[in-house]
Amino acid sequence: MRIMLVLAVSGLLAACGDGRREPATAADAEFQKTLQQRLLDAKPGDVIDIPAGRYHLDRSLSLRVDGVTIRGAGKDKTVLSFKGQTSGAEGLIVNASDFTLENLAIEDTKGDGLKVNEGENIAIRGVRVEWTNGPDTGNGAYGLYPVQTRGVLIEDSVVIGASDAGIYVGQSKDVVVRRNHAERNVAGIEIENCIGADVYDNVATHNTGGILVFNMPDLPQPGHTTRVFKNRILANNTDNFGRKGSAVSAVPAGSGVVIMSNDEVEVFDNEIADNQTANVLIASHYSAGYDSKYKPSAAFDPYPEYIYVHDNRFSGGGDSPDGLELKALKVAMFGLKGRLPDVLWDGYANAKRPQGPQICVQGASGVLDADGPNKNKSPKSDAKPFDCKLDPLPAVAMKQA
Amino acid sequence: MSGASVVSMRRRRAGMGGSPMGWATLALSALLLAGCARGPAPVVFHAEGYPARLSDWNVVYRDGDRLALNERVVPFDLNTPLFSDYAHKLRTMWLPEGTSARYEPREAFDFPVGTILSKTFFYPVAAGENGVARTDDTSRDHAGEGLDLRNVRMVETRLLVRRQQGWIALAYVWNAAQTEATLERTGASVPLQLVAADGSREPFTYQVPDQNQCAGCHASNNTTREIKPLGPKARHLNKDYAYATGSENQLAHLVELGYLHDVPATGVPRNADWRDAANASLDGRARAYLDINCGHCHNPEGPADTSGLWLDSFDRDPRHLGLCKPPVAAGQGTGGHRFGIVPGQPDESILAYRMDSDDPGVMMPELGRDVVHREGVALVREWIAAMDGDCEQD
Repeated sequence: MRIMLVLAVSGLLAACGDGRREPATAADAEFQKTLQQRLLDAKPGDVIDIPAGRYHLDRSLSLRVDGVTIRGAGKDKTVLSFKGQTSGAEGLIVNASDFTLENLAIEDTKGDGLKVNEGENIAIRGVRVEWTNGPDTGNGAYGLYPVQTRGVLIEDSVVIGASDAGIYVGQSKDVVVRRNHAERNVAGIEIENCIGADVYDNVATHNTGGILVFNMPDLPQPGHTTRVFKNRILANNTDNFGRKGSAVSAVPAGSGVVIMSNDEVEVFDNEIADNQTANVLIASHYSAGYDSKYKPSAAFDPYPEYIYVHDNRFSGGGDSPDGLELKALKVAMFGLKGRLPDVLWDGYANAKRPQGPQICVQGASGVLDADGPNKNKSPKSDAKPFDCKLDPLPAVAMKQA
Repeated sequence: MSGASVVSMRRRRAGMGGSPMGWATLALSALLLAGCARGPAPVVFHAEGYPARLSDWNVVYRDGDRLALNERVVPFDLNTPLFSDYAHKLRTMWLPEGTSARYEPREAFDFPVGTILSKTFFYPVAAGENGVARTDDTSRDHAGEGLDLRNVRMVETRLLVRRQQGWIALAYVWNAAQTEATLERTGASVPLQLVAADGSREPFTYQVPDQNQCAGCHASNNTTREIKPLGPKARHLNKDYAYATGSENQLAHLVELGYLHDVPATGVPRNADWRDAANASLDGRARAYLDINCGHCHNPEGPADTSGLWLDSFDRDPRHLGLCKPPVAAGQGTGGHRFGIVPGQPDESILAYRMDSDDPGVMMPELGRDVVHREGVALVREWIAAMDGDCEQD
């Protein structure tokens, strides 16, 4: 049974309008307390409705009860503003299963917008997370950030201005990210160390990199099996404003799709256009500057393998790559007015893998092997070695999708 | 001697500290003879609900100018404590009559249902509005085993209560008169000013955690989400404490009281005192500091297992301890640095950078502090600086 809890807070309307820089009012303080109390006392099946309005909060909200829905009146109508937040590393931190967040906005958190740290059946729907000052290194890292979750659906949401990834699903299983809009983040959408992810019908534009599929070392779960399809990945040319050293700070501006160290990735039926470094980048751990004296465990596979890029609609892009090395490479190989081909591969492969890296590309303007292992000495623009096909990957089976 | 100590302790606990000595002695004799003390009401274990006032539990109580401990409420402290904005802490333990906790070598002791742990956060008072002293000096804090309220200001008392269903965490915030503390399940913000010995002031907001934030640290296994005590572990408690009856090893004392059993004769672990440079190694002190301040999240089961950085006190390979390890999801928390720890280079190490920040989006720990722990940062920087090598590949 569902119980409707309506927050009855008087004087909220007074806090509406352009009160963005106003200090939190007594009504805001009361709202924050009331909402947090509801979250503490929630029972499985509860729906916590937050009426339209702009609310100022100065500390994180948190939920640890399974089966709770938090619902606003719309992603531009119910706004939780954390501008001037004084405590907490997120806007909302959740450690619970069967959780739904929908129809509201989270603005200007100091750290992440929403973090869900462990839980099953997570639905995030019609949510906007935004840093209203636009791209800024000091913005929070992640907009929507489920990590170590299983059964995650993120749909019809918008993330703008994250200094790392707008939508970042980490170390999770059975992930669907669809119909979202990611704009002016460092990474628009990032799938990291996930097993089974479908990313489709999204728009990723004006980020530094549009859609990323990464594997990072030192983590309990290596990722594989991600499908990126039917997305529009357009003009992701925003200068990288991620803090140096962060996982995405090595992503060149102008990257459409970036696959790093991940295996079994299928990229198809997307519109990928005008990403000025390359429409698709395929790279190993070694190109990201993460390597060091102390190695990750031997179980970590630094190479991207079983990558299938096919049937996309490419246009433009590759004409102004980010970074001196890539610029020099482009000029040397394609001339001042030339452009890098649609797919750029760093060239690192596991020599001990008998079938090779299994990187197959169909329907692109070309593939450039940058010869990273030899410091780009002999790059090759030759699509032939990649003229192969792979079996399609399975769709994610979602209980609730 | 010990007999006298017991009497004086009983007298204090009988709630007559403010009375003239003669009268108290007389009354005490009478009551001892009569065998029925009109002392504080006994400790009350509430098996459910959220009692609104700290006094509903009666673990500690106001007695004249003192905060006193009730009967069988035992104080304890830790070799190296968690930093909480320079607050001083009075920790206590109470177990129901006839019950006992089982020793565990690594985790918190296995306490029986009915156990009440308390931790009172307080500061030596300093001049000026909301002034509290930035000092490690605890010499004027105590009156017997309780607190001398002429010298200190209490901010909150947190309870961890072991109920049938598991532990529950409750934070009670003291009123201005310091006469009662009220439950604040959604937390509270208390404006204070740290006053240093040279008179310089640093305003800050002391954040009383909400109930979920308590769990954010105390559920150090993020999958079971079970709340557990963090302090009462063998390695933290294995030290002497100045009880009213004299100084004694805390574990031995708890065993004598019947509060603890199954303590092995040898091999009880012991963390270093982070300040004790004379007797403990730099590595031991730094690891003890990281253990209590970071290890409850940064362990292979904790909420920060998402980072691959493990800072509890157990043997970890260098990479998981942060050496030359790139961050996973630090975001702007990298401070522009590539690795958790760069040997020999604290200025290049994310670990030191995040400890040295008070920005909620950057700082570590994420909760429980509003100001930088300068001495803690200095220790960890010294530890990193003393490491040989670098992160370059050979």
